[in-house]
Amino acid sequence: MKVANAKQAQEDQDYHRVLCEFLFQLADDELTLGHRDSEWLGLSPDIEGDVAFSSIAQDEVGHAVFYFDLLHELGEKNPDQLAFARPLTERRNATLLERENGDFAYSIVRHYLYDVFDSCRLEAIEQSSYQPLAQGAIKIRREEYYHRLHMSAYLNRLGQAGGEAKKRLEKAIHDIWPEIGGLFCWGEYENKLFEYGIISISVKELQERWIMQVKSTLLKAGLPWPGDWPKVKRDGRKGEHSPDLAKLLSTMSEVYQSDPSARW
Amino acid sequence: MRGRWWEALQDVKDPEIPSISIVEMGMVHQITQKDHQLLVEIKPTFMGCPALDIIRERIESRLLEEEGIEKVEVRWITNPPWTSDCITTSGRERLKEYGIAPPPQDDTQTLSTPACPYCNAKDGEVENLFGPTACRAIYYCKRCKQPFEGMKRV
Repeated sequence: MKVANAKQAQEDQDYHRVLCEFLFQLADDELTLGHRDSEWLGLSPDIEGDVAFSSIAQDEVGHAVFYFDLLHELGEKNPDQLAFARPLTERRNATLLERENGDFAYSIVRHYLYDVFDSCRLEAIEQSSYQPLAQGAIKIRREEYYHRLHMSAYLNRLGQAGGEAKKRLEKAIHDIWPEIGGLFCWGEYENKLFEYGIISISVKELQERWIMQVKSTLLKAGLPWPGDWPKVKRDGRKGEHSPDLAKLLSTMSEVYQSDPSARW
Repeated sequence: MRGRWWEALQDVKDPEIPSISIVEMGMVHQITQKDHQLLVEIKPTFMGCPALDIIRERIESRLLEEEGIEKVEVRWITNPPWTSDCITTSGRERLKEYGIAPPPQDDTQTLSTPACPYCNAKDGEVENLFGPTACRAIYYCKRCKQPFEGMKRV
């Protein structure tokens, strides 16, 4: 099955619905984490980390714009409205990504774990039946490569440093772990995504690939594997979110909401 | 030589690296003419590049200067994707002139430090995978004893 463009996708109502739902997950994941990254600007413990978080924030928000553009072509509102004017219950990002940055170790671990997930997910959509998405994924994955590289280097550096750095990493992993399952929930159309070929591998297989990569990185950094896979308590893909997201949205959309009809 | 329109676009420089044109950067995919209209298909370098709107405006205003052109449409395309291999040979030289090492052209070299754009020494080291823009990394040349930038292979 190949769907060449938005017009063709709109001809099949069910395909269109499943595709849009998935695009919202992709866009909201990138926008939310990209915004969190931007909050490190000027606050990172070293210039290297500061510059990297700024560039990575720019990449992630740029990727979100790409997904919002695809949604717009498929009949949704314009990217600014989608980014700034949707209520919390319509947001589809995994809850882990909306959490406040906490300390530097938390931000590094979260980003690394997400980057591995995102890279596996992008790999699975490079063959997507929706051609515009597949083409974008090929390009985005080449950029994301550097994010993962940067985050794993820091993880390794902090882990091998031992002492307080390692303790903070361990605490970060402990705090993050209960929410990790939320990344691998793909909403009510999970099976259809696979059947329609919008993604080329199942969530279960993606999870196995993720575990394999993360395990080896943690081992190298001298960090323990946290153990059992946690149950998902709050599913962001269904619009269930924490107060952290409410606060983030109010900050992020403050300027937009001051005059939604303004042209910047 | 690819004709008049390509020649005109030599005047449109990358806003963040003013020594190199968007043609040398390998961003121009195709230019098609229909009567007094031009359709310019451009491959963006990085998805989130903030310079895209400026580039669009500059393409439009430059081509509208050409006689007989009344309308210019710029379309961003992702297929084929822009990769750092799209940069032309002269483009690679222009990057060096600006003090930026051109990107490695071989997958096995992705992570190795490029030759210093000032002295050509090859024994530099990575300072930061990210630099002033997302597409550049920062290196340090042990011979010149100064930092330099390099464009990433993507």
